[in-house]
Amino acid sequence: MSLDPVILFFLLGLAAGLMKSDLRLPAAVYELLSVLLLLAIGMKGGMAMSGVPVLQLTSQLVAVAVMGLVTGLAAFALLLLARRLPRSDAASIAAHYGSVSVGTYAVAVAYLEYLGVSYESYIAAFVVVLEVPAILMGIVLARGLKPAGGWPSLANEVFMGKSVVLLLGGMLIGIIAGPAGLEGIAPLFFDAFKGILALFLLEMGLIAALQLGPARRHGVFLLAFALVMPLIGALIGAAFALAMGLSPGGALLLCTLGASASYIAAPAAMRMAVPEANPGLSLTASLAVTFPFNVLVGIPLYYRIIQAFWPDAGA
Amino acid sequence: MQRTLLTIITEASLERRLIADIKTHGAHGYTITEAQGEGSRGVRQPGFEKAGNIRIEIVCEASVATQIALWLKEHYYRDYAMILFSHEVEVLRPDKF
Repeated sequence: MSLDPVILFFLLGLAAGLMKSDLRLPAAVYELLSVLLLLAIGMKGGMAMSGVPVLQLTSQLVAVAVMGLVTGLAAFALLLLARRLPRSDAASIAAHYGSVSVGTYAVAVAYLEYLGVSYESYIAAFVVVLEVPAILMGIVLARGLKPAGGWPSLANEVFMGKSVVLLLGGMLIGIIAGPAGLEGIAPLFFDAFKGILALFLLEMGLIAALQLGPARRHGVFLLAFALVMPLIGALIGAAFALAMGLSPGGALLLCTLGASASYIAAPAAMRMAVPEANPGLSLTASLAVTFPFNVLVGIPLYYRIIQAFWPDAGA
Repeated sequence: MQRTLLTIITEASLERRLIADIKTHGAHGYTITEAQGEGSRGVRQPGFEKAGNIRIEIVCEASVATQIALWLKEHYYRDYAMILFSHEVEVLRPDKF
């Protein structure tokens, strides 16, 4: 099977970064690309949501919130048992892995579209629900009910962060406008989605390469954790997808969400609320190891496994 | 007329909290610019989310500058990348600061 071209862009960024190229997208461009991706994913989800019974959607959203906590707790338990890191670092890393990466989700969506596999678009709503609970859990695990800086400013950081605002906002726009209403802006957000994702991945490759330097300093344990944890997260995702009766495409998306680690919302929130945790550890694990692993190996691997075991994968 | 120029260079993620702190301690205004550099906490480069630094400049009375400096030292020095320095500056409208 040939490689999805968006992955080649990621490899290009990674290679350029490793070879110390001076290539960088301007910060404002990276910012714009991530805004476009978040809005596009939100709107796609919003459009699909009108066709889903409210009760089914609500119960699935609750289940997904539980999934975020389970994944985060699994990461925390693993790190505590290893006894290599202080509790605050373990809690902060657990928050990153319980929370999700929208960039990784976008790659899984592109992968399914590349293969021509259908999926439940309303899963975009899961992304929003998965972002928050694990972050709050990580804070409580590290500091009890006393985050640095207090709850009000933390709540603002967590609930008003750009990813939550744009995903939710996009979703509302999708619900209100509907597919017909969004036709006019479809060329930018939907037709150009893969082009935008390709550029975004080019920059992510460069960023991941930059983070690889510190990754070596943090040693083998963190590296091993950042490779094993996505597999555990994907398994948890698969179990929840099975219980929810998702299609194989939907199951891949939920596996990917379980496997992914946050590098936008969680770092910002943990830096504020748990300042004693070393931000280098969690960001390096999530950006330099887990993100590339999921994009290059994880997503196709999870899909292979789903195809082999899913009840109606052949249908 | 002499006032104190207090300069703080720190993590961009602290921006909102520091603005609140500065105002609480009686500063009338501030200027923030993006910054990048390297120090004991490694290279801090802007471009990816809030990974960069900011440079906050405050012109105020000497007593206010001291108060702000002490507060920051107590609350942020241990866990955050932060440096701080001050010097006397000449201003034309002392009532403004």
